[in-house]
Amino acid sequence: MTEEPRPYTLVAELTYRCPLRCVYCSNPRDWAQHADALGTDDWLRVFREAEALGVVQLNLTGGEPLLRDDLEQLVDGARALDLYTNLITSGIPLTRERLARLKSLGLDNVQVSIQDVTAAGSERIAGHRSFERKLEVARWVKGLGMPLTINVVLHRENLDHVADVIALAESLHADRLELANTQYLGWALANRRMLLPTRAQLDAAREVARQARRRLRGRMEVLFVTPDYYAEVPKACMDGWGRRFLVVAPDGLVLPCHAAHTLPGLTFDNARERPLADIWRDSAAFDAFRGEAWMPEPCRSCDRRTIDFGGCRCQAYHLTGDAGATDPACSLAPAHALIEAARAEALTPDAGVIYRAAHVADGA
Amino acid sequence: MSEPPVITADSRPIVAAKARLRWDARTSRHLLLYPERGLILNPTAADVIQLCTGEHTVGAIVDRLAEKYAPQPRETVEREVLAFLVNMADRGLIRDQDD
Repeated sequence: MTEEPRPYTLVAELTYRCPLRCVYCSNPRDWAQHADALGTDDWLRVFREAEALGVVQLNLTGGEPLLRDDLEQLVDGARALDLYTNLITSGIPLTRERLARLKSLGLDNVQVSIQDVTAAGSERIAGHRSFERKLEVARWVKGLGMPLTINVVLHRENLDHVADVIALAESLHADRLELANTQYLGWALANRRMLLPTRAQLDAAREVARQARRRLRGRMEVLFVTPDYYAEVPKACMDGWGRRFLVVAPDGLVLPCHAAHTLPGLTFDNARERPLADIWRDSAAFDAFRGEAWMPEPCRSCDRRTIDFGGCRCQAYHLTGDAGATDPACSLAPAHALIEAARAEALTPDAGVIYRAAHVADGA
Repeated sequence: MSEPPVITADSRPIVAAKARLRWDARTSRHLLLYPERGLILNPTAADVIQLCTGEHTVGAIVDRLAEKYAPQPRETVEREVLAFLVNMADRGLIRDQDD
């Protein structure tokens, strides 16, 4: 690697607690074992250290970041550092007054998740009655003159509703619509039989999104994130390990991606114990999958190795047991048959559902 | 909210609510930040974006930059500024104040 890695984005997972129990939650399955260990001053120091390292984008996320009652102080501190501050939220719990306060402190963007286009469909996925409230929150965002992103995680139960999702986002005057196909890790991997769509569903939804993108050009950005299970080439997960992103988990662990602490054999440092710059520049875990030296064949000699960086390390581990394997999503991967088998399963649906555990950890 | 944005010499471009300009000391460039993304602007692009306040018409912006970048012909500056602004409008990063 010739260019020194620079983190542009800090993903601040303020807490894993959340009122929703989504069946594809990206938090670790043992989330309740991870307490909220960082106080307000800790987070503000993390923001300062991140900005000094080059970070310009801050995602305040979780779990549900609104469960932190110091969110106002964190937004204020982030904007004092001129970070582009994006609140990634379920919208629950929130009042219009609190949102107005966050706006006055300089919050740049609000991203509200919506699970489906009907209350019943949403609640089946979220395990919580929340649909109408989310729409109300989205209207508050625009009513206050703030930019709104609507995020919808796509899977077999809502992929056929993409046209309605787009219409809903338009009716809410969203600035940006993220149609993000499920990444099959954590809870989503446990629920893969329920969630993985067929190729036909995916192709139809992609075409709907493509037409909407053209029609709405300049007014609403429409993103469609293809699931790597049907892509034949792996995704450039996190733009490469330890290359562009820093994630700080609720317990203070500093990670290259939000699921990296599920990988065995790597020891991640804690932001309470070591400066961020030291962790970024000088830690075995951040170096583990940087560059190309770690790559096996077929990655090592592949033309795409500087494009996809070998794909997702977490997917490699959770499907093959080896975090250093080529991502099975790649059609050239030795373990690609695992993906083909999952696709074959998608043709015979299974309605079994595992909700994210409702147990609420003791928050800090 | 039915037609795609059109940018002409009479438009008065303004940076969209979702986008924000920030100086980046590391690259000595301006960044135009928006949700989950950012553009590293070259100095000319940064000059244009800084004038996208909703007060100036594209024509006035071109005048200003043609003066700054003399002896570049005004037509060249106009062509480049318009192409850049149309691209920015397509991405929803600027809009016409009068729309």
